[in-house]
Amino acid sequence: MKHPICVNSDCKICESSLCCTKINNFGVKRSGIEILKNVNLHIHCGDLTAVIGPNGAGKSTLLKAILGEISHTGELQFLDANNGTTKPSMGYVPQKLDLDSTSPTSVLDLFAAAHTNLPIWFTYPKKIRDRVRESLALTHGEHLINKRLGELSGGELQRVLLALALDPVPHLLLLDEPVSGIDQKGLELFYQTVSTLRKNYDLSIILVSHDLNLVAEYANRVAFVNNKTIECCGTPQEVFTNEKVIQTFGLDWSNRFQRVEKDRVANALLV
Amino acid sequence: MHFWYSLVDFLLPFDWMQYGFMKNALLGVLLVTPIFGLLGTMIVNNKMAFFSDSLGHSALTGIAIGVILGNAFPLLNIKPIWSMMFFSVLITIAILVVKEANTASTDTIIGVFSSSAVALGLVILTRNGGFNKYSGYLIGDFLSISPTDLLLLGMVFVLVILLWVLIFNKLLLASMNPSLARSRGIKVKQYEYLFAVMMAVIVTISIQWVGILIISSLLVIPAASSRNIAKNMRQYHIYSVLIALVSGLSGLILSYFWGTATGATIVLITSGFFALTFGLKLRLG
Repeated sequence: MKHPICVNSDCKICESSLCCTKINNFGVKRSGIEILKNVNLHIHCGDLTAVIGPNGAGKSTLLKAILGEISHTGELQFLDANNGTTKPSMGYVPQKLDLDSTSPTSVLDLFAAAHTNLPIWFTYPKKIRDRVRESLALTHGEHLINKRLGELSGGELQRVLLALALDPVPHLLLLDEPVSGIDQKGLELFYQTVSTLRKNYDLSIILVSHDLNLVAEYANRVAFVNNKTIECCGTPQEVFTNEKVIQTFGLDWSNRFQRVEKDRVANALLV
Repeated sequence: MHFWYSLVDFLLPFDWMQYGFMKNALLGVLLVTPIFGLLGTMIVNNKMAFFSDSLGHSALTGIAIGVILGNAFPLLNIKPIWSMMFFSVLITIAILVVKEANTASTDTIIGVFSSSAVALGLVILTRNGGFNKYSGYLIGDFLSISPTDLLLLGMVFVLVILLWVLIFNKLLLASMNPSLARSRGIKVKQYEYLFAVMMAVIVTISIQWVGILIISSLLVIPAASSRNIAKNMRQYHIYSVLIALVSGLSGLILSYFWGTATGATIVLITSGFFALTFGLKLRLG
């Protein structure tokens, strides 16, 4: 990381053309019901911001509103290094695909449909196979290229979707982690990959997560969504010791987190 | 058309192919079935079988409206096909708009629209007890296809293939995850409407030959059979179109010899293909 946590947006050290994502007084209403209100969030490039919160709090809705799929009130600003507004490219990893497991759609089909205008039912462009293999390699999924999407395990599908979101490399990466269906090992691999990417490309990443342990380890900012808004935002240390967060996730977890944190600091000192 | 007639005479010098109506029907089958095979792939993928069924049903109301208009303005000479098409497109758009409001499941909405449309059509057509005149639409008649119909069909054929080339990839992505498609700059709603309207048009045009009762089976079964054995999108399309074509041709010939309704015979053969591919799937795993 080349810069500290962003204080203002005129920093000149960003490598990405998207320097700051500012969300001010953001709100979402759907068929008359308020889902999010008064959301304020500030994301700097190179940040991995984890969004946590109870189910149904509006975490996925926040992502979809940032994507532009759902209309919102308030401000959503993308600023470049010179404080001008920019239109960033976005990569999105959805929770799941609306696809039954028997669908004859292969991983290659998915990528080819996204990358080319040549109808994939007719032919594939010559170079597409190499390109897809390359992007799958980023997330350790080269061997999945000819598999049907329905055959993939939860973790494999997530990696394939991540590879798709990264080709071409976006300025802002939005990840919506599935609630279940991914084994612990797959999940860790996913977090490792995301965190490598963040360092290599200076990406802004927003990750909706359900695994607090991994969030504590990999995220450098955490936003806690509850009661239709972001109730608390800061470093993992700050958020996980916040009273509202403890109330939601339980004292046990927080205590354990602090113990682990202490061990980590102690270990670091020892080394 | 002369070229087609002499080509058929040259390639298929059989007794049963000497009739003009058989030659017309043959060309009709060659044009209609591949379209059904193509569109069917997406219909099955998107679980829209019920939707295509309701389109078929709404055609009945389209006919009824055509009858009313025909009585009201006899000079305009409105053919039922145009009122059918207008009404199908209307119903399609209505279903999509109500679906977006997100107040009930898609199934329910389609069910409501489809039954209401059929009811309205029946109310109008059974007035004064004259429904028998229209019962032909229920079964359809492939052998009544005329050169003018074939011209229209030919134009639709070219248009559908062209659209399918242009929009398929985007449609596929949008069907798998609208947000994902959006993040890649695809205007999801536009494609959804375009596809639905395309379906409405093709269903309406073919309904007089295939029949209201079975039109959606002809859309769904070839793709469903192909799905049993296909491993990617290309195979899915190839098998689906092939199954539709082979069923269409053999159905036409068999219906001639058996004296049965052509549309129904074709559908029956596609079901045979479904059973066959299903068996293959079970054996091959």
